[in-house]
Amino acid sequence: MDSKTKAKKKFFKGNAFLYIGFVITAAMLAMIIVSFFWTPFNPTEMDTAAKMAGPSSVHLLGTDNLGRDILSRIMKGAGTTFLISVCVVAIGCVCGIIIGSLCGYFGGIADAILTRVCDTITAFPAILLALVIISITGGGTMNVIIVLGILFIPSFARIVRSEYARCRNLNYIESARLMGASSFRIIFVHILPNTMAVLLPAITIGFNNAVLSEASMSFLGIGVKPPAASLGSMLRDAQTYLRNTPWYAISTGIAIALLILGFSLLSEGLQQAARREE
Amino acid sequence: MKYVIKKVIALIITLLVVSFLAFLAFQIIPGDPTTRILGSEATPEMVAALREQMGLNRPMLLRYLDWLGNFVRGNYGTSFTYKVSVNSLLADKLPVTILLTALSFIITGVVAIPLGILAGSVKSKIIDKIVIIIDQIVMSVPAFFIGMIVCFLFGILFRLFVPGQFVPLETDWRACIAYLVFPAVSIAIPRIAMTVKMLRSSILNQLGQDYVRTARSRGNNRRQYLFKHVIRNAMIPVITFLAISLAEIMTGTIIIEQVFTIPGIGRLLISSIGTRDFPVVQAIVVLIAAWIVIVNFAADIINQVVDPRMRNR
Repeated sequence: MDSKTKAKKKFFKGNAFLYIGFVITAAMLAMIIVSFFWTPFNPTEMDTAAKMAGPSSVHLLGTDNLGRDILSRIMKGAGTTFLISVCVVAIGCVCGIIIGSLCGYFGGIADAILTRVCDTITAFPAILLALVIISITGGGTMNVIIVLGILFIPSFARIVRSEYARCRNLNYIESARLMGASSFRIIFVHILPNTMAVLLPAITIGFNNAVLSEASMSFLGIGVKPPAASLGSMLRDAQTYLRNTPWYAISTGIAIALLILGFSLLSEGLQQAARREE
Repeated sequence: MKYVIKKVIALIITLLVVSFLAFLAFQIIPGDPTTRILGSEATPEMVAALREQMGLNRPMLLRYLDWLGNFVRGNYGTSFTYKVSVNSLLADKLPVTILLTALSFIITGVVAIPLGILAGSVKSKIIDKIVIIIDQIVMSVPAFFIGMIVCFLFGILFRLFVPGQFVPLETDWRACIAYLVFPAVSIAIPRIAMTVKMLRSSILNQLGQDYVRTARSRGNNRRQYLFKHVIRNAMIPVITFLAISLAEIMTGTIIIEQVFTIPGIGRLLISSIGTRDFPVVQAIVVLIAAWIVIVNFAADIINQVVDPRMRNR
C-alpha cells in the first residue's frame, strides 16, 4: 500500500460522516454523469398508453401524468439542478475568495464597510432576497444562477476574510514578504492553500444550500422554465398528481434529499477532519 | 442600558437602510409605472397628468420619505392587478401567516428543547450515534417535501384533513388551527433537527468545561449539575438561535403556503411576482425584512439579558 492510499484510509477512518457523504454524493454524481449520455427512456417522450403507471420492471419508478418515465426524468432533472448549483457555487466561491482575501489581507476602511454589508446580507434568508430580485428581473435558469450566485458571495467572503485576517501576520507570511514576494503572490500562492481546511466544508455546505435554493425557486415556479426540468420544477408538477401518482413526488423528493444529505454529510465530515488535524 | 440604546440606534439605521434599498429596488424596474396603470393606449397628456398626480416628477429622496411616511402609517399603495389598496389585500392574509409562524415556532420549541437535552445528556454511545444520524437525515429534507409527505400521509391516506381546503379564521377558528397544524409541523421538522443538533453540541461543549468537574467534586450528582449548571449555560446560544428561527420560519411559510394552498402573504407574494404586481411585492418584502431585522435585534437583546458577560462587549 503506497503512502497516498494510507493517508486516505486514515482520512476516512473513524469519520463515518465523510465516508457516507462521499458514497452518497459519488452515487448521485455517477447517476448525473450517466444521464448526460444515457437514460432508460427519453425523458421527454410521452407514452399515452402508460400514463400514470405505477413502478414496474419496465418503468422502475413508474410514469407521470403524460406517460413519461420518471426515473429518466429524475436523472435529467438532477443533472439540471446539479449544473445550476455548480454555477452558483462557482460564482459565489470565486467572487467570495477575491473579495474576502483582499479585505482580510489589506484590511482598512473598505474591509470594514464590506464586512458590514456582508453581515447584513447574510442576516436575510437567501430565498427572500432571491425572490425580490427575481420579481424585478423575471425568472428563468440564467437569472436564477446569477441571482443565487451573487447572494452566495457574502458567506464565502466572510469565511475567507477571517482566515486571511488570521494568517496575514503569521511568521511564514512575514518571511515570504521579506523574501520579496508580491502581495498577489502571498495572497494566492501562500495563503490560499492554507484556507482549504475551512473553504472545503464551506463549498460543500454551499452546494447543500444551492440545491435547496434552486429546488425551492423552481418549486415556486420562478426558476427553471419548461420544457427544461429540474428536481424542484418536477416536484411542483408532481404535487398536482399527488393523489394519483404519489411515487412521482416521493421519488423526486428523495432525490433532492439525497443530494442535500450527501453534501451536508461531506461538509460535516470535512469539518471533523479539519478539527482532528489541529 | 447603554448597550440597549446603542442597539436601538443600530436597529433604526438598519431599518432605514433596508427600507431605502427596498424602495430603490422597485424604482429601477424597467418600464414606467404609469403605462402599467393606464395601459398602452394612454395619451402623453394622460401620462403626464398621472405622473404629476403620483408625484413621479419629484426628487427621489422626497419620494422615498413620502413612501416611508405612508408605509409607517400602514398605507401601502394600490395593487396593479386587483385595483384595491394593498392594505385590504393584506388585512385577512397577514393574520393567517402570523398564526402559522407562531404555531410552527411553538412546535419547534416545545419539541426541540426536551429532545435536545435528552440527546445531549444521554450516556449511551449507540443512542447518541442514532440520534446524530436521524438528525442529519431529517435536516436534509426540504420543508416543502416534508409538507407533501404530510399531505399524502395525513391528508390522502389517513384523511385527517383535506389538502387545499383551508378554513378561514373567521368561519371556524378551531378548524383553521387544526388545518394549520399540518403545515406548521412541516416547517418545524427540519428546524427541530437543527435545534436538537445545536443544543446537543452546546451541552457536550459545556460538559467538558472545568466548572462541571468542580461541581462534581463538590459532590453534585449528574442530574444536579446537568440541570443546575450545564443546561442553563448550554441554552444561551440556543435561545438566540430560536429567536432567529422566527425569521427563518416566516420565510419558510412562503413556500409551505404553496404546498398546503393557504391564503397567506406567501401565496400572495408569489402570485404577485408572477403578475408583476410591484406594490404588493414591495409591501410584503418590506414587512418580512422589517420582521427579520427586528427579530435579530430581539435576539441580541435576549442574548445580552441571559448572558451578562455579553454586556461588557
